[in-house]
Amino acid sequence: MSLDAHLVVDRGGFRLDVRLAIDNGEVVALLGPNGAGKTTALRALAGLQELSAGHITLGGEALHQTPPERRPIGVVFQDYLLFPHLSALDNVAFGPRRHGVGRHAARERAAGWLDRVGLSGYTNRKPRQLSGGQAQRVALARALAVEPALLLLDEPLAALDARTRLDTRTELHRHLAEHPGATLLVTHDPLDALVLADRLVIVEDGRVVQEGDAATITAQPRTDYVARLVGLNLYRGHATGHTVTLRDGFTLTATDRLDGDAFVAFPPSAVALHPHQPDGSPRNTWPATIAGIQRHGDNLRVQLDGPIVVAADITPAAAAHLHLAPGQTVWAAVKATETRAYPAG
Amino acid sequence: MAARAGRRVPAALLIPAGLGLLFLVLPLAGLLIRAPWTTLPQRLAEPGVLTALRLSLVTATLATALCLVLGVPLAWLLARVEFRGRRLVRALVTVPLVLPPVVGGVALLLVFGRRGLVGEWLDSAFGVTLPFTTAGVVLAEAFVAMPFLVIAVEGALRGADTRYEEAAATLGAGRWTTFTHVTLPLVAPGVAAGAVLCWARALGEFGATITFAGNFPGRTQTMPLAVYLALETDLQAAIVLSLILLAVSVTILAALRDKWITSP
Repeated sequence: MSLDAHLVVDRGGFRLDVRLAIDNGEVVALLGPNGAGKTTALRALAGLQELSAGHITLGGEALHQTPPERRPIGVVFQDYLLFPHLSALDNVAFGPRRHGVGRHAARERAAGWLDRVGLSGYTNRKPRQLSGGQAQRVALARALAVEPALLLLDEPLAALDARTRLDTRTELHRHLAEHPGATLLVTHDPLDALVLADRLVIVEDGRVVQEGDAATITAQPRTDYVARLVGLNLYRGHATGHTVTLRDGFTLTATDRLDGDAFVAFPPSAVALHPHQPDGSPRNTWPATIAGIQRHGDNLRVQLDGPIVVAADITPAAAAHLHLAPGQTVWAAVKATETRAYPAG
Repeated sequence: MAARAGRRVPAALLIPAGLGLLFLVLPLAGLLIRAPWTTLPQRLAEPGVLTALRLSLVTATLATALCLVLGVPLAWLLARVEFRGRRLVRALVTVPLVLPPVVGGVALLLVFGRRGLVGEWLDSAFGVTLPFTTAGVVLAEAFVAMPFLVIAVEGALRGADTRYEEAAATLGAGRWTTFTHVTLPLVAPGVAAGAVLCWARALGEFGATITFAGNFPGRTQTMPLAVYLALETDLQAAIVLSLILLAVSVTILAALRDKWITSP
C-alpha cells in the first residue's frame, strides 16, 4: 500500500475516525453527505488539520508529524484557490520553485503541465480571466506539477456548471489514470465517484459505513444514504429463508435465501402500482398512500407512505391511467425476483 | 443623494449630516478664500518654505518606510499567530493613537534622549544622538503614525482568505515564503492604504516632533512646525504654508486613491 492512514480528528462534538489505504496508481473516492467529515479527512492528510490520534504513512514513511510544506502531496481545492496575483504559468510553477527547481526550469515544467491539460495558450492569463473549467485544469496542473506521491482532490467538479462538468470529468479521468501516485477524491456526487474512482469509501458521521468497488456498492448498499445515492429502496430486517421480516413486522419476499440480519433492496422501477389489490403471482403487495409525485427523467417518481416508505418509478401513461394524486391510496407490488437480499452482519 | 424612491431622508439626520459636512469643509474653504493669491509666487520662492517642505516630505517618507519594515511584521504577528497576551499587545499598539502627541514626545525623550534609557547607550556605544536631529523627527513621526499602518494591515490580513496560504503550504512553501509570495501580494492594497494613512499622519505630525526634535529650520522644522512659527509673526506666511501642506496631502491621496486604495 502506498498510503496507509488512520485519521482521527476530534473537533467539538464531531469525531472523524477513518482508515484509508490507497495503492499507487489507484483512485479512491471518499463519498459522503455534507458534514460527514470528508474534507476534514483530506485536510488531515494534507497536514492542514492536526490529527488527534492515528497515523499517516505514505510510501513507508510516517507523515503525520510532518508540516504540510514538506509532505509529498498535491491538493486540488474545491474553489481551486489559484493565486489571484499570479499568471496561470506562475501558479503552476509555484510548487516546483518551492521544491528547489530553478526559475527557468520551473516555468518550463509549468508550461509542459499547462500543455498537458490543454491550456498551452493560456499561460499569461490571470485566474480571474479563466473560465471555471480552465481554472480547474490549472489547479490540477498546479497540484500535479510537484509530482506528488498522493494527490488529493476536494470536490474538484462541484464549482462547475453541468455542461463544463461533463467535459472536465472525462478529462480529469484521463489525468487521474496517468497519475502514478495514489489519488484520493473527496466528493458528495456519486457520479463523480463512479466515473473517476477505482474504489469507493463511503463516510457518514465521521465513520466509514461501506467501501468497495462501484459494482458491489451499487448492488448492495448498506445505509439509506448509499441506497439513495444509487437509487434503490433499502430495508433492513431479519431473514428466514426467502422471507425478510422488517422491524415493524412487515415482510418482504426475496429470491435470495439467507438467515439472520439482512438487507433487502429493489429499484423504484421494480415497484408497480395498482388501483386494487393484484392477485396471482408470488408478489410482495401492500396498500400505500401517495405522499408526492415528481418528474424523474422520462418517468414519474412516486413517493409512497404505508407500512414501508418506498419510491416507485412509473410511466406518465400509467400515472394517467391510475389518476394518481397525493393522498390517494393504491396497491404497491414488487416481484420477489426483482428484490435482492444480502447479509447485514 | 441617492435616496430610494418614495423614502425621504429624515430631517433629524439630514440637518446634522449637512452641518457636519459644512464643519469639515468650511475651514478649508476659509484657507482658500484668505490665501494671498497675488503674492503667492514670491512667497513660495522663499528659501525657508522649500526647505521645510522638503524636510517634511523626506521625513514623512522615511517614517513610513520605518513603519512598513516594523509594522507589517507586527500586523502579521497579531493577525496570524496565536500567542498569550495578544490582546494586550494589540492594545499597546493602539496607545500612540490615543496618546496626546506631546506626551509621546516627552516619552520619546525619556527613552531616546541623551540621558534616556536607550539614548544614553546609543550615545556611549555609537555616538548617536537622536533628539533634536532629523533622525529624531523621523522617529517621532513613526511613533505617532505606526498604529495607523499596523491597524490597517492587520485588518487586511484578517480579511484575506487564509486558504491561499494553506494552498501555498501544500505546494511546499514555508511560512516566510508564503508571507512574501502569497500573503503580501494578496494584502498589497491594504498595506498601501495603511502606508498612505501613515504617511499623511506623519506629514502632519506636530506635537511629538516639536517636543522630541525641537524646531530648527533645515534640520527639524517640518511644515506644521513652520506653520505654527509663522502664525506668531506673519499670518499670510502661515496661510501659504498651510495651503501647500493641504495641496500636497490632497494631491498624493488622490493620486494613490485611484491606483491603490480602491479594492482591486
